[in-house]
Amino acid sequence: MLLEVRGLDVAYGDFQVVWDVSIAVAAGEAVALLGPNGSGKSTVVNTISGLVPVQAGEIRFDDQNLTERPTHHRAGLGLAHVLERRRVFPHLTVRQNLMLGAWHPAAKAARARSLERMFALFPRLAERQGQVARTLSGGEQQMLALGRGLMGLPRLLMVDEPFLGLAPQVIGQMRAVFEAIRREGIAILFIEQNVRLALSIASRGYILESGRMAIAGPAKDLIDSPVTRRIFLGG
Amino acid sequence: MSGEIILQAVVSGLLMGLIYALVAVGLSLIFGLMEIVNFAHGEFLMLAMFASFWLWALGGLDPLMSLPLVAAMLAGAGLLVHWGIIRHVLDAPMLAQVCATFGLAVALRAGAQFLWTPDFRVVADPLVAGRVQLGPIFIGQPQLVAGFVCLAAFVALWLFVTRTETGLALQATSQDRQAAAVMGIPTDRMSALGWAIGLGCVAVAGSMLSTFFYIFPDVGTNFALLAFVAVALGGFGSILGSLVAGVLIGLIESLGGLLISPSYKTLIVFALYLAVVLVRPKGLFGRF
Repeated sequence: MLLEVRGLDVAYGDFQVVWDVSIAVAAGEAVALLGPNGSGKSTVVNTISGLVPVQAGEIRFDDQNLTERPTHHRAGLGLAHVLERRRVFPHLTVRQNLMLGAWHPAAKAARARSLERMFALFPRLAERQGQVARTLSGGEQQMLALGRGLMGLPRLLMVDEPFLGLAPQVIGQMRAVFEAIRREGIAILFIEQNVRLALSIASRGYILESGRMAIAGPAKDLIDSPVTRRIFLGG
Repeated sequence: MSGEIILQAVVSGLLMGLIYALVAVGLSLIFGLMEIVNFAHGEFLMLAMFASFWLWALGGLDPLMSLPLVAAMLAGAGLLVHWGIIRHVLDAPMLAQVCATFGLAVALRAGAQFLWTPDFRVVADPLVAGRVQLGPIFIGQPQLVAGFVCLAAFVALWLFVTRTETGLALQATSQDRQAAAVMGIPTDRMSALGWAIGLGCVAVAGSMLSTFFYIFPDVGTNFALLAFVAVALGGFGSILGSLVAGVLIGLIESLGGLLISPSYKTLIVFALYLAVVLVRPKGLFGRF
């Protein structure tokens, strides 16, 4: 397994929000992390990135223990994270944002090539490369955030709610991009609230409910499961 | 009132404003990077002035010559402050952060009084002295040199932050710390660098100021207050804003002193500060 999270407990101060969550992602696989609002999805990926400290449990990536390591050590190992609400650097240009995505030495060496690849993948970003990121539309910012993540040459790309607030046709484009990313052998772990959309992209899924793992399995099993129905439809 | 006098006030205000701007930009940089207000900023200006003074008094080095040394010393102090104090209070409540830098300010000022007494000192034979006449106006040569050096430091800082890779990472960290960390940028090291650069800027300003200004333990207080006004006026975290605001404050001070009364010159600046806070809290170039 490329990413292995075992028995993760997370708390903000005295307030525990995640209980005993285990997740695994194999190389080249697309996995969805699902759950209603406030179920702890973002907390889990933020903890994997080291932005939130681990209370108990273990995080391993490519057989290295990441549990106690600072956030900035991860990019160099091949773990990229596109944060919730895009989080592009608002006052830097599109090009500068992308350049900063390739910060660790290996990514820096491949920077020119990666940049061309991003502009081929997102022609819109090529047109707007000199523009300051905060002036982009929501969809363009999402593309920039994805591109910035890919500039780090990840083996696993974690994306927090990539489809949130996007127009239907942009969602279509994003799906195509996800396909392209996966064809290159990059694993994806993404957060989504729309079960059908998520499970049409991912081959497997995990569903969180109130900070605990409710159900996990192949996409087609999850879609038909009564547990999924109960969580998302309250039935 | 003649045009010459007004021109004279404009030029002196402009030159003083460049010093205010350089003090302010350090404050702004540090705030932008970690949202911590360095209440000891003025005390570091004082330390830089004393460093210049002692290097002159004991080592025979003119402040212009010792400038790189003083800048390096203060940059080192910045790293030390970040390592010894700031990184321990980064996640602490705001009051703890305020007390940390405010306590540092009190300790430094009291320490300076203890070590060097509250006496006023001057660098008695600066390398550059006297005045030059430019048409109808007179400019103090130390002030002229100080203005140019501060402007040069500003340009260097601007080029570093906008044109170099590390500068971009510094901006990225300031704009979104978590996103920067996820990219692999060592954000703690960027903060430390911010302190080093911030206090380095103060050192350049202090070193230049020591060639024509009294040096005493309380000297930083007024400059720091003006720097706070400049940062609020220019916008927290904006480098260009600090420059414009610093120069503006220098001009307001000198023109206000001339046109209204010298005893009211600081009043005018602080009244302006209040007005900015009420009308446009994010400042002229503010991002927050």
